[in-house]
Amino acid sequence: MSKTRAIVTVIGEDGVGIVAKVATALAESGANIEDISQTLMQDLFTMIMLVSLDESVADFTAVKERLRAVGEELGMKIDLQQEDVFRFMHRV
Amino acid sequence: MLFDTSEIVETIRMVQQQGLDVRTITLGVNVADCAADDVATLAARIHDKVCRVAEKLVPAAEEIEDRFGVPIVNKRVAVSAIAQVSQSAQGEDLAPVALAMDRAASEIGIDFIGGYSAYVQKGITPGDRRLLGSLPAALSTTERVCGSVQVASTKAGINVDAVRWMGELMKQMADATADRDGIACAKLVVFCNIPEDNPFMAGAVHGPGEGEAVVNVGISGPGVVRAAVEAAPDISLIDLAELIKRTAFKITRVGELVGREAAQRLGASFGIVDLSLAPTPAAGDSVANVLEAMGVDQCGGHGSIAALAMLNDAVKKGGAMATSSTGGLSGAFIPVSEDAGMVAALAAGTLTLERLQAMMSVCSVGLDMIALPGDTPASMLSAIIADAMAIGVINHKTTATRLIPVPGKGPGDSVQFGGLLGAAPIMAVGKVGAERLLARGGRVPPPLGSLGN
Repeated sequence: MSKTRAIVTVIGEDGVGIVAKVATALAESGANIEDISQTLMQDLFTMIMLVSLDESVADFTAVKERLRAVGEELGMKIDLQQEDVFRFMHRV
Repeated sequence: MLFDTSEIVETIRMVQQQGLDVRTITLGVNVADCAADDVATLAARIHDKVCRVAEKLVPAAEEIEDRFGVPIVNKRVAVSAIAQVSQSAQGEDLAPVALAMDRAASEIGIDFIGGYSAYVQKGITPGDRRLLGSLPAALSTTERVCGSVQVASTKAGINVDAVRWMGELMKQMADATADRDGIACAKLVVFCNIPEDNPFMAGAVHGPGEGEAVVNVGISGPGVVRAAVEAAPDISLIDLAELIKRTAFKITRVGELVGREAAQRLGASFGIVDLSLAPTPAAGDSVANVLEAMGVDQCGGHGSIAALAMLNDAVKKGGAMATSSTGGLSGAFIPVSEDAGMVAALAAGTLTLERLQAMMSVCSVGLDMIALPGDTPASMLSAIIADAMAIGVINHKTTATRLIPVPGKGPGDSVQFGGLLGAAPIMAVGKVGAERLLARGGRVPPPLGSLGN
C-alpha cells in the first residue's frame, strides 16, 4: 500500500496535551509519525511532524479536516501538506 | 532528522505571511481540429472541446491546492488563435465564437479564456480582418473572453496598418463598454513577439507549435522577494542579486511541482513555468515595493530602470534552474492598475508613461493596464503602441500594450475595474503625436538584427 508523506504543522500558543491530542488523531487515522520537531516561529510555538498516511484507511482530505478540528479545540492552527512542497523548494 | 525545521518554517512563512501563491494554472487547448464550414458549427465545436478537455481543470487545481497548501489563485484556458482556426468558416460575424468560448468558460468554472487572437505582423488575411472587426462586439458582450493581436515581430517588423486599426478598435471597444469604464480594452493585448505559451491573461493563447493539451503555470511572489530584500538592507548589489536569485528559485520550484501534478491529473503535457513576478492589488504583493525595498525611493524615480533590470535578470536566473522548462514571459511584470505601489507612485506623480516606456525595455511586459483619458485620439493610442512595438522589435523581446482609454474621464480621475484588474488613476498623455507618420501606412521593415542566420 503506497504511503503519502506529509508535513503536519501545529502553530499557536504552547499548552498541555498538544502532542498527545495530535498524535492520537494521527494514530486513529492510520498515520505514522516518522519525525517530530519543534521551534519558535516569531514567538509562536510551532511543532512540525513528518508523517506517512495510509490513504486506504483515511484519505488526505479526511486527515486534514480531522487535524483542523483538533486545532480548533486546542486554539491552534494545524495544517497538513504533502511533503513534496518542502522537498521541491529546498532541494535542487 | 528527516526534515530541516528551518526550511519548513521558511516555506510556511512564504505561503502564510508573504503571499506566495501559484497565480495561474492555464490549460492550453488545441482547437484547430474544430475548424468548420460555418461559424455556428465552429463555435459549437470549440465550446464542446473546451468543456470536454478542461472539465477537470478546476477540481484538479482545487485538489492540488488542498494537498500542497499553496493557493492556486486562477484556473484558465487558452485556445489556439481563433483567427487561424476560423479562416474557412463562412459567416459575416465571428462574435458567436466568442460567446461560445464565454459559455464554455462559465460552465467549467474558470474566470478567463484566452485565444480570441490574430497574428497580423506581416499582413491581414480576410479571416484576420473578420476577427479584428469583431473585437468590439466580442469583448463587450462577453465576460471571460480575452484576446490578443500580434502586430509586430523582430522577423517581420511592424505592421503599421494593423497598429492604426488597433487604435481605432480600442476606441470602439471603450465606447462599447463606456458604462463599465472601457473594460473591454482590459481584455485585449497588442503584442510584439508574442510568446506561444504565456499562461497570464489577457495575452494567453495556445501557440501554433504547441501540442494537444498543455499545462502552463504562472507563479508569483513579489511579497516573498520583497520580504527577502527588506531583511537585507545593507548587502552589496551582487549579494542582493544572489539573494533574489535564490528566492526566485524557491518560488519557481512550487510552480514546477504544481505544473507536474496538474499535467498528470489532467492527462495533458506539462509545458512551462512562467516565472514572472506578477503583482496583485493586495497589500504587500507589489513589484513596485520590491524596487523600493531594493533602494529606489519610489518606483518611477531615477534608478528604477537599473533596479528593474537587475531584478528581472535575477528572477530569470533563479527560476531557470528551478524548472524543467521556462517559458511565457518570465520576468517582472509592471501592470499599473494591478500593483498598489505603482498606483501610489502614479498618484504621487513619480511614475509617468515615459518612465514606464523605458522600464519596458528591461523587463517582461510593456504598458500594461494603463488607464488613459477617454478623449485620447485613436492615432495617439496607435503611436504609443508603435513605440512599444519598436522596443520589442529592436531588442528581440516581447513587448505588449494593454491601454484603456476610459470614456468620460481624464487625468485626476480614477477608475475601478475590481478584482484582479484593480483600480488606477488616469495617466496623462502628451498632446504631441505622429498622425502623419502613421498615415503613411504599410510596414516598418524588420531590423538588421533579425538577420540571425
